[in-house]
Amino acid sequence: MKILVVDDEEDVQSLFLQQFRKEIRNHEVEFDFALSGEKALDYLKDKHSEVVLILSDINMPGMSGIELLSRIRHDYDAPPPIVVMMITAYDDEENKRQAMENGANNYLTKPLDFKLLKENLKNLRT
Amino acid sequence: MFFFTYLAIVLLIRRIQKEIAFLPDIKLKWNNTLRSAIGGCIGAFIVLTIYSSDVVNSFISGLLLLGAVYYLREEEDFKRFQFLAKAHYPLIITTLLSAVTELVASKFYHKYDDSFQLANLAAFAWIFVLRGYSKKQMDELRVASIRNNELDMMVAERTAELTKQKNELQQTVKLLKETQAQLIQQEKLASLGELTAGIAHEIQNPLNFVNNFSEVSVELIDEMGEELQKGDMEEAMAIAADIKQNLEKIRHHGKRADGIVKGMLQHSRANNNIKEPTDINKLADEYLRLSYHGLRAKDKTFNAELITDFGQGLPMVNIISQDVGRVLLNLFTNAFYAVQQKQKSLGGSFRPELKLTTSVSGKNLIIKVWDNGIGIPDAVKDKILQPFFTTKPTGEGTGLGLSLSYDIIAKGHGGKLEIDSKEGEYTLFTVILPVA
Repeated sequence: MKILVVDDEEDVQSLFLQQFRKEIRNHEVEFDFALSGEKALDYLKDKHSEVVLILSDINMPGMSGIELLSRIRHDYDAPPPIVVMMITAYDDEENKRQAMENGANNYLTKPLDFKLLKENLKNLRT
Repeated sequence: MFFFTYLAIVLLIRRIQKEIAFLPDIKLKWNNTLRSAIGGCIGAFIVLTIYSSDVVNSFISGLLLLGAVYYLREEEDFKRFQFLAKAHYPLIITTLLSAVTELVASKFYHKYDDSFQLANLAAFAWIFVLRGYSKKQMDELRVASIRNNELDMMVAERTAELTKQKNELQQTVKLLKETQAQLIQQEKLASLGELTAGIAHEIQNPLNFVNNFSEVSVELIDEMGEELQKGDMEEAMAIAADIKQNLEKIRHHGKRADGIVKGMLQHSRANNNIKEPTDINKLADEYLRLSYHGLRAKDKTFNAELITDFGQGLPMVNIISQDVGRVLLNLFTNAFYAVQQKQKSLGGSFRPELKLTTSVSGKNLIIKVWDNGIGIPDAVKDKILQPFFTTKPTGEGTGLGLSLSYDIIAKGHGGKLEIDSKEGEYTLFTVILPVA
């Protein structure tokens, strides 16, 4: 299962790779990263059919996560739909409402609870 | 015949008594004296009539009248009654003249006794003739003096009113000065408030990394133990390298949070007016991030492209960093506000941009803050540096941000704050700081 993580913080990448090292080793999941919404869209141009799940930060310079989400929903609406989960530092209702309105499948808050995330992934796989 | 002279003195004094009844101050001062004078006069008349001769009586009465008239002329308080004096001159003359004639030429006097008495009587009557004439004058004078009193009272009232108003105004000025000091403090606090949300975001991110990396490191150590038991040294070493890397990341993010807290403390500290060599790029970058995230905490949907072009090898500049930080924060906040307003009116197609550039030109350090927001209309360009001028809705801006910024740059650092803007297109603020 290919997962794209979109976050402007570079260290998020090694965090994911370490947290999921067992799953990666067992080839259960595969990660790719994008440092901005724009780069994520570039990436999706070629690989949207491979990606199953997108985890995206909301607060990023330039294109915001919400904007990215609505672009994805607009550009790649052919089934099967890509699962998109939004991540942000602020656990606020406004962002949550906007994320859901724009078609997010779930909403996670920082600091990321990786156990909860793994639970979510298990549900996705089954 | 001296009887008339005495009578004239008594009547004169009575007259004055009557007149001063309207002048409380003078009445209080002279009432007893005048009463005694009347008493004295009547007493002298009785005593001298019984015990002395007509000549002496004539002399005394004439001199008394002369004294009374003289006093009337000389005493400051009675100056206004001087006109009364004139009427008495003939009586003084006839009284004294008849007394002298009787003494010197007794025969002659007695021969023309009647004429002298007639002259005396005529002189006495003259007083009343003039008196009738002067009564009119006196009435006018009285009316004038009453009017004068009224005017004096009105003036006193007005003066009191004016004094009261002056005191009230002074009180108001004092209050205004206090309010001004409070407003400046409030502006400082408001900018700190704007920072707080940004600071929270800026600290939350590194803290998340500290938590996440330490959490995963604990797991990695467990795993390393397992590998060591299995005897897979190679894998154990690889995990150890990961753990080391994680610890370095933890330290890096810890320091990041540390720097933000230190910056925040520096900003909030009151009167720390010491100029210190400062890296302007670091300062500007720090405040740009703080104000951006501060705004985003308030308006989650807001987004802007931040373009920074930091000049390389800039000299350190001697500044009060928290003050210049406030100026930058203010310029950033304004820029974000301007693009935010434009976004509200234009909608999704508009991409907000903020450009921050630093450079050196001659002996000056240049900081440019450019935004593609709503711009400043020409009509208000001259006013935006004035204290309390704001285009923001009531309650949103103190109107002190730019005015304080100008003070900090121009007065505090001997620099310049320049404004360039085109309504609807862009705004460019340029801060010029001399490199000491």
